[in-house]
Amino acid sequence: MSAVASGAVDAPRLRFIDRVNPVTKLAAAMLLTAPLLLTVDWVSAATALVIELVLFMAAGVRPRMLVRRAWPILIAAPIAGISMLLYGRPSGEEYWSFWLARITDGSIELAIAVTVRVLAVGLPAVLLFMRVDPTELADGLAQVWRLPSRFVLGALAGARLVGLFIEDWHAMALSRRARGIGDTGVVRRFATMAFALLVLAIRRGSKLATAMEARGFGSDRPRTWARASTIGWSDWVLIAIAFAIAVAAIGAAIAAGTFHPVWS
Amino acid sequence: MANTASSPTPAAVDVRGWGWRHASRLRPALEGIDLRIEPGERVLLLGPSGAGKSTLLHAMAGVHGGDDEGEAVGELLVDGAEPARVRGRSGLVLQDPDSQVILARVGDDVAFGCENLGVPRDEIWRRVRESLDEVGLDVAIDHPSSALSGGQKQRLALAGALAMRPGLLLLDEPTANLDPDGVREVRAAVERVLDRHGSTLVVVEHRVEVWADLVDRVVVLGLDGRLMADGPPDVVLSRQRAALLAAGVWVPGGLGPTAPRRRVAVDEPTEPLLTANGLAVGRRPRDIVQRGLDVELPRGTSTVLTGPNGAGKSTLALTLGGLLRPLDGRVEASASLSAGLRGDPIGWRSRDLLTRIGTVFQEPEHQFVTSSVRAELEVAPRALRLGDRETAARVEDLLARLRLDRIALANPFTLSGGEKRRLSVAAVLAARPSVLVLDEPTFGQDRITWLELTALLRELVDEGLTLLSVTHDAAYIAALGDRGIRLEPTNTRAFA
Repeated sequence: MSAVASGAVDAPRLRFIDRVNPVTKLAAAMLLTAPLLLTVDWVSAATALVIELVLFMAAGVRPRMLVRRAWPILIAAPIAGISMLLYGRPSGEEYWSFWLARITDGSIELAIAVTVRVLAVGLPAVLLFMRVDPTELADGLAQVWRLPSRFVLGALAGARLVGLFIEDWHAMALSRRARGIGDTGVVRRFATMAFALLVLAIRRGSKLATAMEARGFGSDRPRTWARASTIGWSDWVLIAIAFAIAVAAIGAAIAAGTFHPVWS
Repeated sequence: MANTASSPTPAAVDVRGWGWRHASRLRPALEGIDLRIEPGERVLLLGPSGAGKSTLLHAMAGVHGGDDEGEAVGELLVDGAEPARVRGRSGLVLQDPDSQVILARVGDDVAFGCENLGVPRDEIWRRVRESLDEVGLDVAIDHPSSALSGGQKQRLALAGALAMRPGLLLLDEPTANLDPDGVREVRAAVERVLDRHGSTLVVVEHRVEVWADLVDRVVVLGLDGRLMADGPPDVVLSRQRAALLAAGVWVPGGLGPTAPRRRVAVDEPTEPLLTANGLAVGRRPRDIVQRGLDVELPRGTSTVLTGPNGAGKSTLALTLGGLLRPLDGRVEASASLSAGLRGDPIGWRSRDLLTRIGTVFQEPEHQFVTSSVRAELEVAPRALRLGDRETAARVEDLLARLRLDRIALANPFTLSGGEKRRLSVAAVLAARPSVLVLDEPTFGQDRITWLELTALLRELVDEGLTLLSVTHDAAYIAALGDRGIRLEPTNTRAFA
């Protein structure tokens, strides 16, 4: 729990984006990335990436912050690219080959397209969700998107127990060493720990359920909300921006003649 | 009692011929209970473990599920209504501080009950601030609830209940898992709330002295699931004293002459089996909780490790036990302890550690690895390859000695709290370690288990065992505190 919560608290503030409801960020991320997954070409991805970077800079994202927050994406993108470079569908002139690996005109183009695409899809997801707090997301899901509150709040409260389970797991690992069975039998040891964790999880979960029920959770009475989750003009602006980027990216690819839908 | 304008009316409880049978049991847990609790009465509910105290309390809170959990007979009414239909009339606080925190921020957690009752938003936040103030929880409204101490978490749960403006407070062993400071905090908060609102109180607890002078009535349930006694505290506690003691209830002054006493004679200091110099401890490399510690564990002596929550007692104990790596300095074993092994305990193999240093964890369930009590006791002898005869001899001895023989085939996870504690100690003793490390061995234990454990440990120490116990328990310190180490919290957190 603390990993998620403290990550959201420590994250740097951003202009505009912080004013948007978490569920809107979720919608914007889906709207933005879905079209980019329909085509594999470098023009659409590069167009989207350039616009995204300009907008995030305007919102206050600095290169250092980008590296600190999005490093897994920055590492994954070139790795995906290199595998495409070596093993992507060959076409055009061949420059180098070794066993199954062949670098050709076609595989170079594919490598660039995939690298840029991973960045164009991954960076906005990471940066938009940098400051999302689980409680606020749950409020948005229940109040704005009208998902059943029983389900949303149950999941939110249950997710808090994950931190306790991690502590349980550490203690159990130490106890295996103390009991003289820490030297061998990794699989068996893992199985006993998994079983014990399951028992503890069910027990903690049912206690939590009792505590929630005692506070009136799950009754038929209509619920009120202590924290209002609303959407306003900034939310619609973000949706419009996401839509515009998607249109620009696909439009640029069609204009450049590189549009290449995955189904063809 | 200042009954201010915002105080809810105290609730009445009527129990008539009430009984409850758990779905998985043949015999009813409770039978033929008749009880009338007047508005504003303060009742302490006592009884041996397994007598159904919590069952009765949960029924008053209306949190006994439907037919799949069990069946009720008779009538149990709060203010003349089924408890589940008048949610919010009662507020329930449970034993385990960690499992009843619902939301990540303090204010949101207190607000949760009000939201479910449909209280308007402005009124919710007014109640949140009022309730936090009443329980004396002086933290920001967006303070992370996971960063609270045990006593603070219990006061948070109390505030969450109070915000619903209940006329009936139901407390299910609210202080059993707390250190002495936490117990005082919670008890003071409950007292303040009762004085302000005059609410009806029913509290379940087996440590009587915590609540004895706050309640005006004591109700005792027997093991047969029926009422055993009911009346003013001093009358019930004196008339039922023998029965309560036999049932494991902690009656004030109830330890008696049989409790073991710590060694007071000044012995020649014996050779230390474990020595630590300039020790820094922590669970993670960047998270040092104590540094610069010099510790010795002399042979055949019982040492108690005390200090407030968060001072790093368990971390130090696990480090001395050869389970956590020292973050600085060393934990060294004497030649007689290492007996031919090279290096410090943290580098020993698990099997070699077994006969040298045994560790009993605070949570017994963290160390159970088999599906029966007997198999649990066989783990260490088998790891030591002792052979069938020696294994059986050790197991039988421990089964009898710690009264586990009648449950030898039961699954460890299904045992009662006292049985789990006895098994977790027995399973470590099966290896006959030279040094024994215990983390909070008497936490939440009833009086009978307490006496058995301390007597056994005293005997083993007098026979030469070297013992280190992390504890808050003053009676335990009187029985086994031959030497003491006290840790104070430090601010030496992490040089990142």
